[in-house]
Amino acid sequence: MDSLLFIYQELLPELGKGLIVTLKLILFSIPFGLLTGILVAIGRVYGNHFLSSLSKLYVIFFKGCPLLLLLFIIYFGLPSLGITFSPFGASVLGFVLCNGAYTSEYIRGAIQSVKTGQMIAAQALGMTKWQAVFYIILPQAFRRALPGVGNEIIYLIKYSSLAYMLTCIELTGAGKIIAARTFRFTETFTVVGIIYLLMVFVATKILQWAEKKFSYPT
Amino acid sequence: MEGLSAVLESLPYIISGIPVTLGLVALSLLVGFALGVPMGVAMVYGNRVVIKIIQVFVFVLRGLPNLVLLFLFYFGIFPLLGWNLSPFTIGAITLGLRSAAYQTEIFRGAILSLGEGQMLAALSVGMSKNQAIWNIILPQALRLALPGWSNEYPILLTDSSVTYAIGVAEILTRGGQMVTRTYQPMPIYLTCALMFIFLNWGGMQIIQWGEKKAYIPGLGRKRETQ
Amino acid sequence: MNTTSATSILVVENIYKTYGKTEILKGVSFTVNKGETKVIIGPSGAGKSTLLKCINQLIIPDRGRIFLNGEEVLHSHSHINRFRQKIGMVFQNFYLFDHITALENVEIALLKVKKMKRPEAREKALKELARVGMKDKAHLYPAELSGGQAQRVSIARALAMDPEVMLFDEPTSALDPELTGEVLEVMRNLAQGGVTMVVVTHEMGFASSVADEVMFMEEGKILESGPPSQIFFHPQEERTKKFLSRISELYGELNRNG
Ligand SMILES: Nc1ncnc2c1ncn2[C@@H]1O[C@H](COP(=O)(O)OP(=O)(O)O)[C@@H](O)[C@H]1O
Ligand SMILES: [Mg+2]
Repeated sequence: MDSLLFIYQELLPELGKGLIVTLKLILFSIPFGLLTGILVAIGRVYGNHFLSSLSKLYVIFFKGCPLLLLLFIIYFGLPSLGITFSPFGASVLGFVLCNGAYTSEYIRGAIQSVKTGQMIAAQALGMTKWQAVFYIILPQAFRRALPGVGNEIIYLIKYSSLAYMLTCIELTGAGKIIAARTFRFTETFTVVGIIYLLMVFVATKILQWAEKKFSYPT
Repeated sequence: MEGLSAVLESLPYIISGIPVTLGLVALSLLVGFALGVPMGVAMVYGNRVVIKIIQVFVFVLRGLPNLVLLFLFYFGIFPLLGWNLSPFTIGAITLGLRSAAYQTEIFRGAILSLGEGQMLAALSVGMSKNQAIWNIILPQALRLALPGWSNEYPILLTDSSVTYAIGVAEILTRGGQMVTRTYQPMPIYLTCALMFIFLNWGGMQIIQWGEKKAYIPGLGRKRETQ
Repeated sequence: MNTTSATSILVVENIYKTYGKTEILKGVSFTVNKGETKVIIGPSGAGKSTLLKCINQLIIPDRGRIFLNGEEVLHSHSHINRFRQKIGMVFQNFYLFDHITALENVEIALLKVKKMKRPEAREKALKELARVGMKDKAHLYPAELSGGQAQRVSIARALAMDPEVMLFDEPTSALDPELTGEVLEVMRNLAQGGVTMVVVTHEMGFASSVADEVMFMEEGKILESGPPSQIFFHPQEERTKKFLSRISELYGELNRNG
């Protein structure tokens, strides 16, 4: 009884505020992460030697560097170069850079799996290389990459909790503060966990729907 | 070059975090393997109740952020149980359980990709289900699972740094401590990043070597056609 | 032909099997005597594979009884495992164990199930491989074998257990036409050597020259059975006639290699 009262009267309102921050973190990061992923993948596959190497290095660094460490580099490191961010801004930047690296790998794989005949056929119609890339290759590649890209969005939901380590008070942070004040760690983090599971569940359903909608017979 | 001297000063201390990081990774892989293999087998050959229970386990552990799980165990469940475990142990348990969920899926997929014929043939020569799983299914499934398994290493390596949040003295935690001492965040954190990237690369070399060792003609080619 | 129960090895009595709402086997009965070869023919979906799997309990039938050498097969695990050793099974897609060599494929059940010593098992396995003409390929992995070779190894694997009966489920259907001959040749030799066999096949030449009895199966029932000369040249049932004329279109007229 006491637990339920605590959850309804104290926990949920506070977590609600955190949840909004979490949702903002995720929703800001998704489009920019996707854009970064596409650009890096294009650079990797179609760029000249320099661009291609640069894209490769990008992926090696941002996939190899733990996200939490990346957040520290952005939030604590960059100010020494005169670049400062709010905790929220630093978090979004970190998520975008990291998500872009993973996403680009899925898109690259998908681009490379589109048959070479497609490019030749498009150019035979008089398209330039870049027209072929944007109108023919990418739309196909994107559908093929969707399961992997979707997976990264799920990861993004979970890893958004790391923003708390930069004192950006999102869902996990809100939970931690209440728990520390009330010493109700188990209840708080169970509820916090359930909220994440709900987000993951809803996102999975949306992605499944999208995969079906965008699929084409092969 | 204050940055350089700060890095040089910090290096020995941070490097001694490498065994801690690798220890976390190794233990988590092991816990994940020890739980993931039987759960993967049970997902294919178990009864409906067992399958449901494992599905819930997998969904929950895959869906929770590491940080939340870590806080739940470290501040909540283990103190509640009265168990006095070190942050390192709790970190390894947390990462290991999470990995178990992923490895369950990896092994389940590997077993399913074998097709039902292997089990039928094994039963038809008189093997019991257990003998068939042990002698026929697992030796093949474990090999087919290698690519998926090798994905677990870089994930666990980067994820292990979340244990910073409960003060496990791994690479990032030690880096952070040296930052507060030297006020040189950029050079020191970049050094940490390079260490992770190097460990990532080194580990992958070892894994690829292992994959070659385990190669059997025809096995694994299967994966591509399905 | 001897039909006294003294020499009947396998008795299949009134087998029923239902998947969901569809009845796949609707009371199948037949008897196989020692040394006999019975051939089952019938259209795809008739339930032939299901029937063979029911015989060695890879699928548990809903109703009906199976006797091997006069002993009823019971559904307890330990009993089934012991019983399956006495029935060899050859699958359409071979199902060789892909992670071990041809030799090890034949050996593994001898070691793990029969608990033979390794040298003894090896000797036995090599003997069985020689019997199907595969001794010189013993060290190859399944993926390195042609379909015909793989199928011969899978026959050796089943033979190694010294089964009382061998069941063949369309052993040549997955093979390129030019490879079926070598497998049929092996099977013909087995039949002549006195191995008791139940064979599902559409190879009419093989059936007419080797079978003691041909059974025509359709929609889960044995519609008609008799010696090959009767079934192939004087079938009683209209359905049998239809099926046979379709098959000869596909596989060529009988007599060709019969
Ligand atoms: N596991 C199963 N679940 C449901 N239906 C099945 C299953 N296995 C076989 N069937 C159905 O049983 C029928 C007979 O199959 P099968 O015995 O393989 O026929 P045959 O070998 O004569 O071609 C088919 O219609 C098939 O679809
Ligand atoms: Mg069949």
